[in-house]
Amino acid sequence: MTMLILGIAITAAQLVLALAMACAAFRILRGPRAQDRVLGLDALYIAGMLLLLTYGIQTGRTLFFEAALIIGLLGFAGTVALSKFLMRGEVIE
Amino acid sequence: MIQAPDLPLWAALIVGLLVLFGAAITLIGTLGLLRLGSFYERVHAPTLGTTLGTGCILIASMICFSVLQSRPMVHEILIALFVTLTTPVTLMLLARAALYRDRSEGETSVPADVTAAVAAGEADETRP
Repeated sequence: MTMLILGIAITAAQLVLALAMACAAFRILRGPRAQDRVLGLDALYIAGMLLLLTYGIQTGRTLFFEAALIIGLLGFAGTVALSKFLMRGEVIE
Repeated sequence: MIQAPDLPLWAALIVGLLVLFGAAITLIGTLGLLRLGSFYERVHAPTLGTTLGTGCILIASMICFSVLQSRPMVHEILIALFVTLTTPVTLMLLARAALYRDRSEGETSVPADVTAAVAAGEADETRP
């Protein structure tokens, strides 16, 4: 019974996070300007990181935690590089 | 597929509620990303997910793994620390880049560059 309640809660949370990723992807596709698309990408990878963490809770493995940590690190680098590109027109000066 | 770790009732309730709440807060943030009007309003919305949403899900993960392995597991603090430190930096860089782009295109809805105007005014006054 306890496992059923927790399983339903985690699955519902995964569906909600997938919906959040869909909203962010819609902003990436539609965003009127480049900065909107970068903002959507930022929100997309945060939601994806949270989705991986819920998979980690569901299966009880710490493997997903490491994948989430890598997504967090690379997403930060990506957003910084993209906003620097928007500002200057080049990433490495 | 519905699958869950075998937790005692109190831990299952706390973990389920925290996970659902964090996911809902993240969804509210991205809905704001869809609905708000201009870029400078939209840049505030996803921070709901990066602060409260991430915090709730990470605390749920910490409780779950601590109960499962019956010792304190706090490595999720790494993600919390990292996301909390980097989100303001990235969003501020992005907002400054957007402001620079709007100004360079002569957009009138953004405030003008005050520091450059003051510097130019002082340069004019010191000119003989």
